[in-house]
Amino acid sequence: MSYHSFLLEPISCHSWNKDRTQIALCPNNHDVHIYKKDGTKWTKIHELKEHNGQVTGIDWAPESNRIVTCGTDRNAYVWSLKGEVWKPTLVILRINRAARCVSWSPKENKFAVGSGSRLISICYFEQENDWWVCKHIKKPIRSTVLSLDWHPNNVLLAAGSCDFKCRVFSAYIKEVEEKPGPTVWGSKMPFGEVLFESGPSGVSGGAGDGAGGGWVHGVCFSHSGNRLAWTSHDSTVAIAEGGKTSTISSLSSETLPLLCVSFITENSLVAAGHDCYPVLFVYDGTKGSVTFGGKLDVPKQTSQRGISARERFQNLDRRATSSETTEQGLESLHKNSISQISVLEGGKSKCSTFCTTGMDGGMVTWDVKSLESALKDLKIV
Amino acid sequence: MAKNTLSSRFRKLDIDEFDENKFVDDHDEAVDNQGPDATEIDNLIRIGDTMTAFQLALRNPPLNTKNPAIKERALAIVLRVLTSFKSSDIEPAVKSLDRSGVDLLMKYIYRGFEKPSDNSSAILLQWHEKAFAVGGLGSIVRVLTARKTV
Repeated sequence: MSYHSFLLEPISCHSWNKDRTQIALCPNNHDVHIYKKDGTKWTKIHELKEHNGQVTGIDWAPESNRIVTCGTDRNAYVWSLKGEVWKPTLVILRINRAARCVSWSPKENKFAVGSGSRLISICYFEQENDWWVCKHIKKPIRSTVLSLDWHPNNVLLAAGSCDFKCRVFSAYIKEVEEKPGPTVWGSKMPFGEVLFESGPSGVSGGAGDGAGGGWVHGVCFSHSGNRLAWTSHDSTVAIAEGGKTSTISSLSSETLPLLCVSFITENSLVAAGHDCYPVLFVYDGTKGSVTFGGKLDVPKQTSQRGISARERFQNLDRRATSSETTEQGLESLHKNSISQISVLEGGKSKCSTFCTTGMDGGMVTWDVKSLESALKDLKIV
Repeated sequence: MAKNTLSSRFRKLDIDEFDENKFVDDHDEAVDNQGPDATEIDNLIRIGDTMTAFQLALRNPPLNTKNPAIKERALAIVLRVLTSFKSSDIEPAVKSLDRSGVDLLMKYIYRGFEKPSDNSSAILLQWHEKAFAVGGLGSIVRVLTARKTV
């Protein structure tokens, strides 16, 4: 578990390149910085300055080595490496509010941008005009789209939104791909079709009563694409299995809301959020239940030092208790909310390392094997 | 010197009101729960069986209706049950609830905080402490984000 502090400002978003030697991140301003790893040190090699507003989403396509960025200036840029320099190409998204999240599709022939204009822009490259063109998915989204994740078949797209719902859309573009085969989520997939919608008026909840709900902060498909997990602002995490439309298993957790989630095997997922440490959840497909697997963080080093009388009175003055534990700061590695989690190695089926970045400007790489051995009774199935 | 002499009346205009695609909250008035039964609970409190009164009070919460009278009635009944508890009995009562029950209890506790009466705050704070021990911060977040309030 290595913690690297890039800067003092929050890291708005980040993305890794294919061999994980370079990371592109936004230090809460209008630029994107690319850092290269030299052993244990990180050096900044590029600064991508084109946006006029804060960059809210970055995605680095591993195969074609292109970076797509989107920002609050309602634009998206596709960056290609020409020699030693990254050159941007503007993509007109036709939105009138900020863009919030962006994601390349698995085959990297299109990307999706979620925005505050209550729609998702699916952009693909048109060869004849040498230009990126976009199509909109509007209905039935009623509020900002906060998070996106593509299904491995390159057509289905999961979107979490501020209208308290998580949906699966079809983003089939006939210009760039062929008709997809049927999946567990459905077989008819015209563009913009809603194949799944969570929530009280859509599908009734299984374990939780599904009433109310909060903004859906993070969504993630499993490696096979048959399962979809999302985290919501009412401190719940839910998993739906495609095909069995009436079962959504959800867990109301005791923690603060989780902002990001990722599958690390077909049955386990890691989520992190305002509590500043990642948490493991285990999904049991046969029972259809989500259970809390454990808190993933460095084990507490309890230092037993005696507390002096002066400190006791100071504690009494400041905190109204003269307790022994001097919790001056958080005991977790991250000192502020974790906003993004990305799988580094192993993919979503057998993840061996993943990385988290947060509002404290730091990045932590977590190694699954050493977590399993360090924290006992933690089982990743 | 730096006063803006131009009209700033436009700042009071809510531009989203004019948007045709404005989000309109659709609350369906389905399954109208009328709230707990007052007379039965009164009897139980009188004979001292606060545990059963507690279980009954938390059944049928009026979550779906928009009628404030029903909600006020239900709230009054639940608060009467909560204040009639002895401090030592609170913990087993909270333990007997499941996850959604704890969330519902938290909602009532916070509603009770809104209008403090003579001695309700002290007992409500004890309830809050015990419910927090079981539900954690998540249950409080769910009170804040819940769209169907008690």
